[in-house]
Amino acid sequence: MNKLLQIEDLTMRFGGLMAVEALSFVVEHGEIHGLIGPNGAGKTTTFNMISGFYKPTSGKVLLRGEDISGLKTHEVARRGVVRTFQHSTLFAELTVLENALVGTHMPFRPNIFAAIIGWDKEDRIGAEARAREALEFFGLEHLAQERAGDLSHGHQRALGMAVAYASHPDVILLDEPFTGMNPEETRRMMGLMRALRDSGITLLLVEHDMQAIMGLCDTITCMSFGKFLAEGSPTEIRNHPAVIEAYLGGARHVA
Amino acid sequence: MRKLLLWTGVLAGLIALPHALSFSQQEILVFLVINVLLVASYRLLTLTGEWSLAHVVIMGVGAYASALLSKTLGVYVPLAILLGGVTAALVAVLLSFPLFRMKGFYFLIGSFAAGEIIRLLWKRFRDPFGGAKGIKGIEPMPDFSIGIYDFDFFEPISYYYLAGAVVAVCLWILWRIERSPVGLTFHAVHWQDKLAEASGVNLRAYRTLAFAIASGFAGLSGGLLAHYVGTINPNSFDVEVMVFVLTWAIVGGTSTFYGPILGCVVLTILNEIVLRELGFEQMRPFIYGAIMILSILFLPNGLESLIQKLTRRAPAKASKEKVAE
Repeated sequence: MNKLLQIEDLTMRFGGLMAVEALSFVVEHGEIHGLIGPNGAGKTTTFNMISGFYKPTSGKVLLRGEDISGLKTHEVARRGVVRTFQHSTLFAELTVLENALVGTHMPFRPNIFAAIIGWDKEDRIGAEARAREALEFFGLEHLAQERAGDLSHGHQRALGMAVAYASHPDVILLDEPFTGMNPEETRRMMGLMRALRDSGITLLLVEHDMQAIMGLCDTITCMSFGKFLAEGSPTEIRNHPAVIEAYLGGARHVA
Repeated sequence: MRKLLLWTGVLAGLIALPHALSFSQQEILVFLVINVLLVASYRLLTLTGEWSLAHVVIMGVGAYASALLSKTLGVYVPLAILLGGVTAALVAVLLSFPLFRMKGFYFLIGSFAAGEIIRLLWKRFRDPFGGAKGIKGIEPMPDFSIGIYDFDFFEPISYYYLAGAVVAVCLWILWRIERSPVGLTFHAVHWQDKLAEASGVNLRAYRTLAFAIASGFAGLSGGLLAHYVGTINPNSFDVEVMVFVLTWAIVGGTSTFYGPILGCVVLTILNEIVLRELGFEQMRPFIYGAIMILSILFLPNGLESLIQKLTRRAPAKASKEKVAE
């Protein structure tokens, strides 16, 4: 296994609030890596720093050894790190296929002059093929012409991942992919994530649903109050005294 | 086949149209054609979700640039018009640096301020821009002949044909852009800029691109206007004209390509022909305002929604075609 994504001493300070403090962990190539922690532990902030939405106060994010911290979101995306969003963030007014086509923006970069003259036929065909492939992967191809805003919640989450998948990423950052899903949808989504991993994509996910995370992840990093707490396999995390203590306040059942 | 027939019919109608009109109506027709390009280019900007109040001033940038180029440097007029459009696009790129630090409402206000600054510059600097009086005696389009038809640009009909051809080509380009992956990316930037960014879209670049293209075509329409009327001044491009453009876009609707054009055509006919004939000279701005409010109340999706209702029969087919393109 090689280190794909290294988080080193990542720190984010919002005024007087230390949201994330000196966090370090490593995401190996081809694994599903979970990031957990009680509410307010700084998971989403960490996500936003990795994906370029926030510029960290200090510390580094290394992708294959290259420092990508402080780059803009689209620059991070172009290096192969693509994220999804907590809620059903989609292009609700566009069709499902068009959503996926936006996802192919990176592999098939549009060129305005070619588009006017009509010399981009091959690119358009390629982009549509890739978009349809992504939809098929997530079982959405029969909905291709529907308006994305009209889909069910589970399908919207799947489409969010399809948009990310369409761009040929190396790493997908999933922000709470199971929120608001029923057990059946969760199970299907877990299957899709394993399929993604098996196709060579590394996944880093933030999640509250412990059942899903324990059954899915290869490695779990646990945070609490912005700091690194523990790391290990699901079994190790489940029995880790510090993790149990961090969760004891209101959610004993989680582990 | 039917489509081809339809377009041939439309074309024949447009060619025959000025011969059925009076001289003053022909002049209005020329302005209408130029305004169609103005409002269609404005729609491209609204695709990315930004509404600018500087669009008419940008049109003025094209007009001033084209007029000055032909007048002081003796540039061949058609080339000057083209360069006017290029100048407008370049000015838009410059303006994008301060303006695209803002979004939505703030962008609207910022663009208004930027436009007023440009207008004040025209007023302040007499040397190239002629101050408040503007530029007079702009070179007219040189007459030429294409064998079957002699273009004599003192006649509005001739200018109508020329402007019509130019505008038709521009509309085709705008249409191609909108239906291309670039157009899809503009939509993406509009609806979910965060997700677009996470998909690798350079937001700044795409916003600037839309702004520059829209401004370029607005500048082109400004050039067409300048060499037709022969005199321009800062007040020809003030916010009042901008309100007209907004009204056309809002009454027509901006969710389709033809919406703003429809708004422009219908309101111009209403304004210039119906109201003028009825003798509502003084009341026209009032009626214009009333139409805008009424259309927001009763036709929130614009005139285009009526067309969409009428052609409801084949929407599924149409949307499939759109994707296949």
